[in-house]
Amino acid sequence: MKKSYKIEVDCANCANKMEEAARRTKGVKDAVVNFMTLKMNVEFEEGQDAKTVMQQVRQNCKKIEDDCEIYI
Amino acid sequence: MTKKQKKMLLRILVAAALLVVLHFVAADGWLRFALYMVPYLVIGYDILIKAGKGIKNRQIFDESFLMAIATVGAIALALYEKSGDYTEAIAVMLFYQIGELFQSYAVGKSRRNISELMDIRPDYANVERDGKLEKIDPDEVAVGTVIVAQPGEKVPIDGVVVEGESSLNTAALTGESLPRDVKPDDEIISGCINMTGVLKIRTTKEFGESTVSKILDLVENASSKKSKSENFISKFARVYTPAVCAAALALAFLPPLVSMLALGLDAQWDQWIYRALTFLVISCPCALVISIPLSFFAGIGGASRAGVLVKGSNYLETLSQTKIVMFDKTGTLTQGVFAVNGIHHNEMENAKLIEYAALVESSSSHPISKSLRQAYGKEIDRSRVTDVQEISGNGIIAKVDGIEVAAGNNKLMERLGIRYINCHSVGTIIHMAIDGKYAGHIVISDTIKPHAQEAIAALKAAGVDKTVMLTGDIRKAADQAAAALGIDEVFSELLPAGKVEKVEEAMQHKPKKAKLAFVGDGINDAPVLRRADIGIAMGAMGSDAAIEAADVVLMDDDPLSVSKAIRISRKCLRIVYENIIFAIGIKFICLLLGALGMANMWLAIFADVGVMILAVLNAIRALFVKKL
Repeated sequence: MKKSYKIEVDCANCANKMEEAARRTKGVKDAVVNFMTLKMNVEFEEGQDAKTVMQQVRQNCKKIEDDCEIYI
Repeated sequence: MTKKQKKMLLRILVAAALLVVLHFVAADGWLRFALYMVPYLVIGYDILIKAGKGIKNRQIFDESFLMAIATVGAIALALYEKSGDYTEAIAVMLFYQIGELFQSYAVGKSRRNISELMDIRPDYANVERDGKLEKIDPDEVAVGTVIVAQPGEKVPIDGVVVEGESSLNTAALTGESLPRDVKPDDEIISGCINMTGVLKIRTTKEFGESTVSKILDLVENASSKKSKSENFISKFARVYTPAVCAAALALAFLPPLVSMLALGLDAQWDQWIYRALTFLVISCPCALVISIPLSFFAGIGGASRAGVLVKGSNYLETLSQTKIVMFDKTGTLTQGVFAVNGIHHNEMENAKLIEYAALVESSSSHPISKSLRQAYGKEIDRSRVTDVQEISGNGIIAKVDGIEVAAGNNKLMERLGIRYINCHSVGTIIHMAIDGKYAGHIVISDTIKPHAQEAIAALKAAGVDKTVMLTGDIRKAADQAAAALGIDEVFSELLPAGKVEKVEEAMQHKPKKAKLAFVGDGINDAPVLRRADIGIAMGAMGSDAAIEAADVVLMDDDPLSVSKAIRISRKCLRIVYENIIFAIGIKFICLLLGALGMANMWLAIFADVGVMILAVLNAIRALFVKKL
């Protein structure tokens, strides 16, 4: 399952870090952050609930970049 | 500017003004320190707070954290040395913030500009209800509804014209500036702008399935597929910052310890710590990390403006390395429709012969008779034709204005006992006999597209080594077309599977770095489009299969666009490499000068911000593809 989320982040390096953090989150198969369009495309693992996983992704992203936001 | 940016601008101005004023204030000791702390905190409080949060979350390579250490360190050194030179630390913070502000402003601006460029999304559809026009959301329009497009409005949904005539501006879709005329029964694609007359259109698709939605979807997701250059940069950034920090640490402790313990000299701690702090200022990889995706984004945006849709940064990168281009023939290099291409050995005027041929064939539904009627171009008066006799596999005999006319192949001529002249041209030959006498023959064949020859030459000029044509057509026709176009190699009489085989063969034999592109019209070329390094589908407006299978979609069916797409990709990639080399180069020079003590913090921050600004400006250049 793939989903696209709108994000808010100020610097390009932070966007890369968010991508890393999202990828490391449990339940996420792959994640791509597009700094230019401010979007995060997340591919979830089978049988995962997107909402709960995204909460975790958001938390992990906040940890590495306090200023970011993911609109779930 | 957003509110956030305005606030930052104000802080920058206040801090800069305070710094200038303080320059003329004679204060010493702790008073001086306290006074200088005002502009420092004005400009850097958020960085310090973020640095604090970074420590809490164990993010020691966070750029705020590094900036905080560098400036706090510089202030501490100034206190320790009692030099009272706090300006440097404040200036570093100031310029860092100026750089950040510029970056967010430039990125925001180009984000908007490029999105506007690609903004072909129609906002509403006009539907007539009780004699009045109502604007409704295109999403709510059902298939088969009649919508109205007034002059100056975008056509919101694909459909067929039922009433009205007009010219359409397709520039937003194809990059083609010539308007297209439409009349009732013509198909019309969404995203065009209606220019002259009111059109009533019966929709044939839902909004979500319409061309405009498909294109938007494609373009919006394009830059999510990252190129090798982008991946290289994010990997580089991941290593770069920790490496520079480690080097800074080593620089702060190793040389003083060595000179103190091994050489017995003065340690000069302050000097080495200062150099280490300079390192930290240069440790931010921002210029690189921002300019590469920005270049690709601008490149993809510019390309889509020119009617070239690239599905991802990675494809733009591969496209720039294209050395072999393989073409499908029919529909790609040729029109794919049969037209009268020559009239030979006739005694009467060409137009007269065509008129007879069109009249005789007027009752037939064969594609050939359609091309004849098209060549004739006028309304056909069927009452002039009598006694029509169709001889299957041979041709037609009929009376036109009372005169017996026969049109058909050589078998028909033999059957009628008329001597005919054989034709050397490739195509379908129609021999004509009027009143029992041979009147010449008409050649009907597929015609080469107007720009096809130019396109092949342009590809060569753009640095493509080899052009190949793959076709299911017979050998004679294929060889003739290839010779006329200047194509290097031809494979004819291929089945669709044969095309895949040929592409695979070529992919195995080519050098690794040279990429192979296949250009097709997408309808039956899907497997080949997928198999090649880069699949380029042409004339894709309306063809879903093409948009699906290809990596690059050309909106018009002009083969010249292929070389244009390659040139756009080359320009974009050149900018990407320029930025990579420029940014990394300057960083390393600064690091070297910093380590040798030849660069102070001023130079470091100037280099950092300056490189970023130049790289961003350079990246935006990728957007301008008009003159390519």
